[in-house]
Amino acid sequence: MNRPVTNPRHGRLRSLLAISDLGPDVATGISEVMTLTDSFVEVSERTIPKVPALRGRTVVSLFFEDSTRTRLSFETAAKRLSADTMNFSVSTSSVKKGESLRDTIETIEAMGVDAIVVRHASAGVPRQIAQWATSAVINAGDGWHEHPTQALLDCYTIRQRFGDITGKRIAIVGDIRHSRVARSNVAAFTALGAEVTLVAPPTLLPPSLEGWPVKVSTDIDAVLPTVDVCYMLRMQRERMTEALIPTIREYSARYGLNERRAELLPDHALIMHPGPMNRGVEIDAAVADLPNTVIVDQVRNGVAVRMAVLFLLLGSGTTWGGEADV
Amino acid sequence: MSKNSNNATNRKAIVSESAGWILTGGRVVDRTGERIADVAIAPDGTIAAVGVDLDLKALGLAKAPVLDISGCVVSPGFVDIHTHLREPGREEAETIESGSRAAALGGYTAVVAMPNTEPTIDSVAVVRQVLDAGVAAGLCDVRSSASITLGREGDALSPMAELAAAGVRIFTDDGCGVQNDRLMRRALEYASGLPESVVLAQHCEVEALSHGGHMHEGEWSSRLGIPGIPAEAEELMVFRDIALSRLTGMAVHFQHLSTAGAVALVREAKAKGLNVTAEATPHHFTLTHAEVASYDPVFKVNPPLRTAEDVAAVKAGLADGTIDAIATDHAPHTDDVKEAPFDHAPCGMLGLETALALGITELVEPGVLSMTEFIAKMSWNPAAIARLDDVHGRNVQADEPAHLVVFDPALEWAVDPSALASKSNNTPYAGRVVRGKVRHTFLCGVPTVLDGEAQR
Repeated sequence: MNRPVTNPRHGRLRSLLAISDLGPDVATGISEVMTLTDSFVEVSERTIPKVPALRGRTVVSLFFEDSTRTRLSFETAAKRLSADTMNFSVSTSSVKKGESLRDTIETIEAMGVDAIVVRHASAGVPRQIAQWATSAVINAGDGWHEHPTQALLDCYTIRQRFGDITGKRIAIVGDIRHSRVARSNVAAFTALGAEVTLVAPPTLLPPSLEGWPVKVSTDIDAVLPTVDVCYMLRMQRERMTEALIPTIREYSARYGLNERRAELLPDHALIMHPGPMNRGVEIDAAVADLPNTVIVDQVRNGVAVRMAVLFLLLGSGTTWGGEADV
Repeated sequence: MSKNSNNATNRKAIVSESAGWILTGGRVVDRTGERIADVAIAPDGTIAAVGVDLDLKALGLAKAPVLDISGCVVSPGFVDIHTHLREPGREEAETIESGSRAAALGGYTAVVAMPNTEPTIDSVAVVRQVLDAGVAAGLCDVRSSASITLGREGDALSPMAELAAAGVRIFTDDGCGVQNDRLMRRALEYASGLPESVVLAQHCEVEALSHGGHMHEGEWSSRLGIPGIPAEAEELMVFRDIALSRLTGMAVHFQHLSTAGAVALVREAKAKGLNVTAEATPHHFTLTHAEVASYDPVFKVNPPLRTAEDVAAVKAGLADGTIDAIATDHAPHTDDVKEAPFDHAPCGMLGLETALALGITELVEPGVLSMTEFIAKMSWNPAAIARLDDVHGRNVQADEPAHLVVFDPALEWAVDPSALASKSNNTPYAGRVVRGKVRHTFLCGVPTVLDGEAQR
């Protein structure tokens, strides 16, 4: 029943809903995005960081869940490619008046858009939309499911520092169960040949890890000395009321990246976080500002990665109108 | 013949002027086994005779139309003890008439309407409304269940004696289980003192464990990022109700068993001689949680689609008699509510028009059940659980009511949601090729379906 996510006319990516859409060989797919991102990083560094690659194309951001940073990152990416951008603000729209998801999509499509960037609190909504829509659909985060452009920008950031991800040891620490970032990153990191260890209390792990090529640990102090990347996830306070952890204080003590723990990391190891950070909860303020903490790089690379994704989905596939040849 | 006044009204309304019917060359299947024989249906809605070389003149049926049903099975009509007809309250999804038509096309001559309507079936007034609408539709013997607790809220008992006197035989809060252990115990104790033989049917789900879940908790829910419902949520309540059945001596029927653990608990309880019965749905012996990978809410159902091991356990439970009946849990929903995000969409899938074909394709053809065993679970076993066995699921023999289904077990067809008689389209089997289709259905000797076409 799924519509293929590759465009039958071009035989290439039609929508990006999950990291697996970059397959059948996910590693090759990610590498293509990385190569394209290199060019757009260069564009972003210019005095006028704008190319006419997507002139005349329209990208609408449809955020059913608030996320200022991801929405701004996509809009900046679209604008740097000269696409027209629209923002469908759910809080002030017909959705609040009870319009169905499908009606919303049909309304937006009737205006003639080329790509829909979707953020929704429910897993699977971008896939549902991709079945109804004729435009490209980009998943900007769906519930606990996936956030593929976050994983791509994380891959890019690691690659930028290390040149390669293959064989790197990456610990993802924190609330894996509720994390779309973790699901996309496990898919992307392991596809690229990294060794991933999930570090979390059992209550914050998915109920089943069948088919996940990862190791699991509850002992962060034992894991940190062995890793090249320590990826900290955001810890939400409401997890306490769900009895998933006793207190935030206990969580921080057992799983937070404090200064003592940061010293356990090898000198070259990177500290990453998808933002927004809870300083003092999953990461100490001082650690967030260490030289090996690449959180700002992640944000910066996010724009270039999203330019690459938009170009891959909407561009001619051969030229992007810039000076460099892609 | 009937102890039930409602059924008498029903028959009077349905039986019209008829010259009777002759069904020739069919494979007659009932609890006595199977044989090739002709079946003569008298104008009064009973079976006149069954055999070879019937003397139609002596039977007074010389002018009765003849249907050649060679190659087809003729058996007592099917009985669905778990049907959501949505009326009153959700007529945009299904009405008693459209649901009855779907039932007739699926080979059913009786259905038991579930009480999670708006308002809840917890009063004689709503029971009468459902029964009257069933008679008016005239396509199926529509019976009504009623809720165990008022408004299905789990706080206070429904007026069970009044409801039983109005014809209710199955009490259930289906859609959820009775959470309060003490209230469930009292319901069983109280019901055991009613003059009518009734059964309490439980949707087994401990809400403290299932709360917030939208699919089976496991490999797929973890991968898809959808909150899960663990198998244990079902199993704990099955365990509790087996204990309460032992405590009270009262009959408990387990609805839609979906986990290997639940099947094992019921098997053990039956081995100890406890007064329990169980049903399984076609989707729980056909589909697994892997279907949810599409995020299509048409696969959202409660209990959720489980693992391949659970599907195998349900089949094994059907094969060894742990599971007595196949029930559809026919649950229509309109497209617009099903086209919601997966975690917002309501639970439920259509079942009446596909149950026969799925049973043949998934159970009879692979040898899980013989044809007779399969029909037992579609007809006389559920009739007994619903206390309808004085009228339905009877043997195909002279003087019995002619509630019959004739189906071609080999006919291959592809499920097309828009071709179904239900007002809704939420079948999870769209495009699936299955075998086995109803040709004729007779209710009190009157065809409700003839050559695959509903007659009203």
